[in-house]
Amino acid sequence: MKVRARDSKQAWLEDFESSPARDDGIETSTISGIPLKPLYTTDDLPRRPEEFPGQFPYTRGIHPSGYRGRLWTMRQFSGFATAEETNRRYKYLLANGQTGLSVAFDMPTLMGQDSDAPTSRGEIGHCGVAIDSLADMETLFDGIPLGDITTSMTINSPAAILLCMYIAVAEEQGVPASTLGGTLQNDILKEFIAQKEFIFPPAPSMRLVVDSIEYCAKEVPQWNTISISGYHIREAGSTAAQELAFTLADGMAYVDACIERGMRIDDFAPRLSFFFDAHIDFFEEIAKFRAARRIWARWMRERYGAQQERSWKLRFHTQTAGVSLTAQQPELNIARTAIEALAAVLGGTQSLHTNAMDEVLALPTDKSARIALRTQQLLAYESGVANTIDPLGGSYFIEALTDEMERQAESYFKRIEALGGVIPAIEASFFQKEIADAAFQYQQELEQKRRIMIGVNDFTVDEEVPIEILRIDPKLESQQIARVREVRRKRDNARCSNALTGLRKAAAGSDNLMPYILEAVRAYATEGEIMNTLIEVFGIYTEQAVV
Amino acid sequence: MRPVRIIVAKVGLDGHDRGVKVVARALRDAGYEVIYTGLRQTPEMVVDAALQEDAQVIGLSIHSGAHMTLFPAVVQELKRRKATDIVVFGGGIIPDDDVAALKKQGVEQLFTPGTPLQEIVDWLRKRFPEESR
Repeated sequence: MKVRARDSKQAWLEDFESSPARDDGIETSTISGIPLKPLYTTDDLPRRPEEFPGQFPYTRGIHPSGYRGRLWTMRQFSGFATAEETNRRYKYLLANGQTGLSVAFDMPTLMGQDSDAPTSRGEIGHCGVAIDSLADMETLFDGIPLGDITTSMTINSPAAILLCMYIAVAEEQGVPASTLGGTLQNDILKEFIAQKEFIFPPAPSMRLVVDSIEYCAKEVPQWNTISISGYHIREAGSTAAQELAFTLADGMAYVDACIERGMRIDDFAPRLSFFFDAHIDFFEEIAKFRAARRIWARWMRERYGAQQERSWKLRFHTQTAGVSLTAQQPELNIARTAIEALAAVLGGTQSLHTNAMDEVLALPTDKSARIALRTQQLLAYESGVANTIDPLGGSYFIEALTDEMERQAESYFKRIEALGGVIPAIEASFFQKEIADAAFQYQQELEQKRRIMIGVNDFTVDEEVPIEILRIDPKLESQQIARVREVRRKRDNARCSNALTGLRKAAAGSDNLMPYILEAVRAYATEGEIMNTLIEVFGIYTEQAVV
Repeated sequence: MRPVRIIVAKVGLDGHDRGVKVVARALRDAGYEVIYTGLRQTPEMVVDAALQEDAQVIGLSIHSGAHMTLFPAVVQELKRRKATDIVVFGGGIIPDDDVAALKKQGVEQLFTPGTPLQEIVDWLRKRFPEESR
């Protein structure tokens, strides 16, 4: 039997080599440049014992029941204009079957400044919702019981402040912090690496992250304290392997920092979560997700000595790739997003955001947001793909590609270690250069038509038909400015200034800052006031611009 | 004749610098002198840099939706400093209607997602045919 099999393979190879190949000049490597064979066979399968879902190292998924037990959470990232407007969108999405909230903040909020700061001009409410103080947060979640839903908040430098606002709103609703569920992005390292929404230098930034992890371990135990993110690294232009490697390296840097604080690994590791991109190269993405679980499990158990299984399990959120969308023939983005979402599901994601077709032009309209959500529902309820756990497990190709991803990630870990770890590597612009090089390389491949983007460098149309897009009313800028000034007028200013003084003193010392921030938030100190208080002590970071 | 000198800048608060870096590299490879200012530049800072470096061109990038405020603010600042000979172009997530409005306000050219790098280079070549590069 064995001899005959080998003969068949040989015969196939000869047939393949004598067949004419396509001569369109398009790369046959993955979008990240990993060379692919035309065919994978049993010879490519790794020699290792059979793996099962829910068992170490979780290549096949962290749950023994896969999606048979529970589907992924459909969590559409959303926020625009004012807290009132976004509150309406949340209620609309929940009424349409969305199962979790995910808050997008506007640029001033992300950068820790109030709407009436001079540099907030033109930015208010444009790429997310404007939140200046607890008053806005109360409006944002008005009529949404925080005990019944989970909420993800995409915020980094000022993450601790927004978490405190959420805790404070929950308190007002009568929901104790100990029962709150949700996720704080809180991943400052990838800001230095890719998204660049840093404010403080690395050391105090890391202190705030560890403060929030430490605080939540005691007070908000069901909260995912951090969402260690590859998404922004990938969107900035990295390859899949770089996304995987840099993200997991960041994860280990947070683990190191928490251990250095004196925390026990099993007290915080189960609440670390991850966030990956689902790009258009279908199989490469699935392999990336599978490799991520395996690598993390091994490192947590073998290098860090975590004892609890929950510490070994990498749980992740996925968003389809914004950069893969095209402004040209934008309806095609629905198809792209569906392919990417399918990769995320076959890769075993815990939650998913599907981009709307118009997100390459503006924030989504109600209609496009619903189509994006419906795409997930189609996968979950119509396509049948959720019926079988890790349906691609055992595929010669997928298993070989999963191993290749793992190999490339491990090789990056060694390079990062040689540079002295993640923060020294950031300061040496290592990640930034790697990403810029990969982005430029990809752009060159597009220019040379070695990669195709439909509607951009091939299959173009002469007349693009405009689609309806969401417009942010410019009037809201002055409304939001008036609102934050009213908050400052109406609050108990003595309490507020005492709280900020207390925070300043604590920041100069070594106390956990969370209780001080929470007190300032409760006293209606604005986000900008809290951040500026911390900047007085911590200073600000400027990066060296590398091209 | 000296090569055309271009200031490329990220204005506004967003840190999405993939596009600006790719464009900066492509323009440099095409023979232009390119100075990248880095992130979070105010209109005043960009114009300062352009005057200090004696640049003929300013290229602006933005992805946060603040282009209707910040791009015209750069043009206004150039007027204020009597430096309207400096050509301003921009790129980013900019809807078609806004492109037309920005051109009326003095931004000479706008490049939106999916633009081939060569198109930007070709535009500069046409705009500055006399200068060597």
